[in-house]
Amino acid sequence: MSNPKWPEAIYDVLCGAGVSQVGYVPDAGHARLIELCRANDAMHSVALTSEEEGVAMLCGAWLGGARGVLLMQSSGVGNCINMLSVVQECRFPLLAIITMRGEWGEFNPWQVPMGQGVASALGNAGVIVHQVDRAEDLATTVQAASELAFNAFRAVAVSVSQRILGSKVWK
Amino acid sequence: MNTASESGAVLDRRQVVSQLLAGRGEALLITGLGSTTWDAAAVGDVAENFYVWGGMGGAAMIGLGLALAQPERRVLVVTGDGEMLMGLGALATIAVQGPENLAVVVIDNEVYGETGMQETHTRFGVDLAGIAAAAGFESARTVYTQSDLDTLSAALFVAPGPLFADVKVSTERHDTVLPPRDGTYLKHRFRRVLLGDPEQGSLAGRKR
Repeated sequence: MSNPKWPEAIYDVLCGAGVSQVGYVPDAGHARLIELCRANDAMHSVALTSEEEGVAMLCGAWLGGARGVLLMQSSGVGNCINMLSVVQECRFPLLAIITMRGEWGEFNPWQVPMGQGVASALGNAGVIVHQVDRAEDLATTVQAASELAFNAFRAVAVSVSQRILGSKVWK
Repeated sequence: MNTASESGAVLDRRQVVSQLLAGRGEALLITGLGSTTWDAAAVGDVAENFYVWGGMGGAAMIGLGLALAQPERRVLVVTGDGEMLMGLGALATIAVQGPENLAVVVIDNEVYGETGMQETHTRFGVDLAGIAAAAGFESARTVYTQSDLDTLSAALFVAPGPLFADVKVSTERHDTVLPPRDGTYLKHRFRRVLLGDPEQGSLAGRKR
């Protein structure tokens, strides 16, 4: 990995954006960012049983005047689809950061169908997708995505390529 | 497969929701899609109500996000048994967070009332209050009688949460009372009464 500090850089962006609710379904690629958020007493870090819970939670957060982010793996995108209709109908802001599987150097064939479907599934559900292939672009992209979400009231997902994360090592 | 038993519930959903909301004060209300939205609208459409006309399974989690953002306000989720069953994981997630200002009330008629009155799992004995209790809700109960309902009403907006109640109601159907259904309108209306400027992305709910 060319820039192992990218989780810290994203974390700084989230803090600067005033994010106070972090919904997550764990993923190895998000481990460090989740750890940073959990250590921040100003953030509610909420472990979810399924990603769609996070979509709904962030709708409630915005109703209450709070900003949030959803951290998940590409396999969780399919779990969110119908709940994203609430986001689209109400024009709730949504900021999601998605670590990719099934996309680049994948070993597990079961990850490929959802991984390959992420961009089109999100696009069909009304979510703007920013794909990032280089670690040095991540923080600026999350910054731009947060502005699009919270200032322009849009649903935006940043997908983090396996090129950045590295393929899972199977032993 | 288990056989369905007659529920024998005696409480009327409209009277239940009316009684529960009578004591709401400044509480914020989230309703699930379908009958519980009509029930709340029949009591009276106010800006502090946010009706979720879709997103089945999401009402309780919308309530959690709101409760975390507004720790000084009581938040009540009123939803149906079918809607709650679609998002059971939320009970675990909410229990782990433990928001003291959140209550989830299921109006449980044991059928999918909007789609042909097919039985839900609760008709076959699935115990939602038991699930909430096992998940770790501060308080979880099933309400069968007027006396049970009176006890719930007294606790609903004052007892430390998270509070869960499954209220068994009859399958009697009522007139459909439609509140506004435009999502962006409901969102702006809610934020305006709660926050002032509905466009302002304020930064409420930071943990202190």
